[in-house]
Amino acid sequence: MSPLVAITGNGAAAEAMRQIDPDVVAAFPITPSTQIMEDFAKFHADGKVTTELVTVESEHSAMSACVGAAAAGGRVMTATSSCGLALMWEMLYVAASMRQPVVMTLVSRALSGPINIHCDHADAMGCRDTGWIQIFAETNQEAYDNLIMAPRIAEHPDVRLPVMVCMDGFIISHCIETMRLEDDAKVRDFLGEFTPVHPLLDTAHPVSWGGLDLQDYYIEHKRGQHEAIMNAKAVIRGVSREFADAFGRLYDLFEGYRLDGAERVLVAINSVCGEIKEVVDELRDAGEKVGLLKIRVFRPFPYDEIREALRMARIVTVLDRMDSFGAYGPLFTEIRTALYDLEPRAIVAGRTYGLGGRDLFMDDIRGLFEESGRCLEKGNIESVSGYLGARGE
Amino acid sequence: MPGLQELARRRPAFAAGHRMCAGCPVPIIARMLTQVTDHEIVAGNATGCLEVASSIFPYTAWNIPWIHTAFENAGATMSGVEAMYKSLRRRGKTDRRIKFVAFGGDGGTYDIGLQSLSGAMERGHDLVYVCYDNGAYMNTGIQRSSSTPFGASTTTSPAGTVSGGKPQFPKDLTSIMISHHIDYVAQASIHNPIDLSDKLKKAIELDGPAFLNVLCPCVPGWRIEADMAVEAARVAVATRYWPLFEVEKGVTRINHKPKERIPVTDWLFMQGRFRHLKEPRWQESLIRIQEAVDERWDRLLALEALGARLRSAESERSHQ
Repeated sequence: MSPLVAITGNGAAAEAMRQIDPDVVAAFPITPSTQIMEDFAKFHADGKVTTELVTVESEHSAMSACVGAAAAGGRVMTATSSCGLALMWEMLYVAASMRQPVVMTLVSRALSGPINIHCDHADAMGCRDTGWIQIFAETNQEAYDNLIMAPRIAEHPDVRLPVMVCMDGFIISHCIETMRLEDDAKVRDFLGEFTPVHPLLDTAHPVSWGGLDLQDYYIEHKRGQHEAIMNAKAVIRGVSREFADAFGRLYDLFEGYRLDGAERVLVAINSVCGEIKEVVDELRDAGEKVGLLKIRVFRPFPYDEIREALRMARIVTVLDRMDSFGAYGPLFTEIRTALYDLEPRAIVAGRTYGLGGRDLFMDDIRGLFEESGRCLEKGNIESVSGYLGARGE
Repeated sequence: MPGLQELARRRPAFAAGHRMCAGCPVPIIARMLTQVTDHEIVAGNATGCLEVASSIFPYTAWNIPWIHTAFENAGATMSGVEAMYKSLRRRGKTDRRIKFVAFGGDGGTYDIGLQSLSGAMERGHDLVYVCYDNGAYMNTGIQRSSSTPFGASTTTSPAGTVSGGKPQFPKDLTSIMISHHIDYVAQASIHNPIDLSDKLKKAIELDGPAFLNVLCPCVPGWRIEADMAVEAARVAVATRYWPLFEVEKGVTRINHKPKERIPVTDWLFMQGRFRHLKEPRWQESLIRIQEAVDERWDRLLALEALGARLRSAESERSHQ
């Protein structure tokens, strides 16, 4: 068995990067992801990796250099947060459309303004349409495990897309948890060798990357991207099973926590799920039929699988850690869409919580289950959407 | 250095059949890449005329590996390409010897791509950045850039009843690049292929970053006839508007010193974009443009003299 270590989420991500030892890493510091690159730079300085480290002058250049490096033909990684991700926005689309298997750790943080350094998911959710695969992590262990799996998913010939591994800023990135750090050789064996596809550096077979693509081909290329990310669902499951065989931890597209016979279900993403599990256990012990569905893969979104998992639910409350201003939250919208075809279908409510790092307390979660209990008795919901844990309610 | 005739016989990096405007001189530089050096070249492009007109899917004019990702990041994109090359060389995954060249217009270089270029040069990638400077955002339809000359009429600095064209003098990008203290910075012009190919060769073959700023007259943007681009570049150099010079390891050398003093109006008035300056009310503008040209030339002469002094002091020291 691999050793148990006490490590922060950022430290775990840096260890994963050390083990992956990518051909190129290009990054720019931003709170709360900075420690990943600091740790990695130290590994580099101590000769523990032989990566070419490009310390660029902005996140836009970080992603640009990642795309260039990946097109040149090798394994490429980076890390960022919040405004850094926002500055990369344009290049996120380019990375995905060029089908470059770049792997990025996103340590989620609220977007400016006002400026704030703490966790919410506005950064990750804002780029959900860029064509990146998005995998979320509740714990340090999951962040580490997802990163080890990410290159395999990104580089799979049925996929060839960039992967974003998301963890919560400070709550995961800066908190020490015990987790298993796998053996270097075993991780490298799991990863295998990188196989370049039409690399720029193959000068004997010159290719042009990134040409002008007009109305006569653009839509077919987008459709190709669409098919690739839909393929990712099976590939993620396959790689996750191989990971379980190698390391003993099995992951799926989402985690159903005590969903058997659950009438009232919360759906959430990332670190808050730890607290929700505590409350679910407590209420289950008291005989209440409650459960949690924790999203792991947000893009591609597992509509069919979630519909099956929530077939018997009567009321589903979805937690979004961001506000899609003027619209319902992104996770709420997806879950409601997934359940639409069911007959009878669950009542679905959405709550916006935790913006800018605002804590969500166990009592808030108990309150959500109490509210869903009342709704079931009355047969209707008190409000379709609203804020949770904010003043002025 | 092979002769021009031999160079012309080599397979150019850039093929015929591209969609640059008739009379556009930018392909002159692109074609040269494989003709001036025996190194293999991988090229990158900022969004711009050269990019859109050379790569309309499923066609490409590039006979060498080429990449475009966006407008403001040719420096960063090629940094990544070059970094991967270094990494794969170090790890024994390639044994090729490759050099890297990035192209950007003045919009992608002086303006939106300046930070990315500066970063790439500062980090010391083995990369030549070539700015094809036509003095405006020509690809989007002739909007002013920070390279657009004072007084030029563009679609966003149009001459009008109360405007004499662009009210600002251009940024001196070449000096900004010199201040990065890289080994080689040069200004060149498409009308002088010997000087241009010399500079391109030097820039490509040295190890480390290099920057070339190449004057490329734009037929629609400068409002000249399609057969006048080379002549317009020649007169820009002859009037000292665009001096040909290079700064090698900090030492400045002027590559061409026009014998006669030709007024800058000879260059201005061969172009439609300065036509309004013929009106007497803009007389002052003409004086200011000439003054700026003269001052820049004097400054360049002084820099050259300084370089010569530093060089002789250095050789004295080494003989002591």
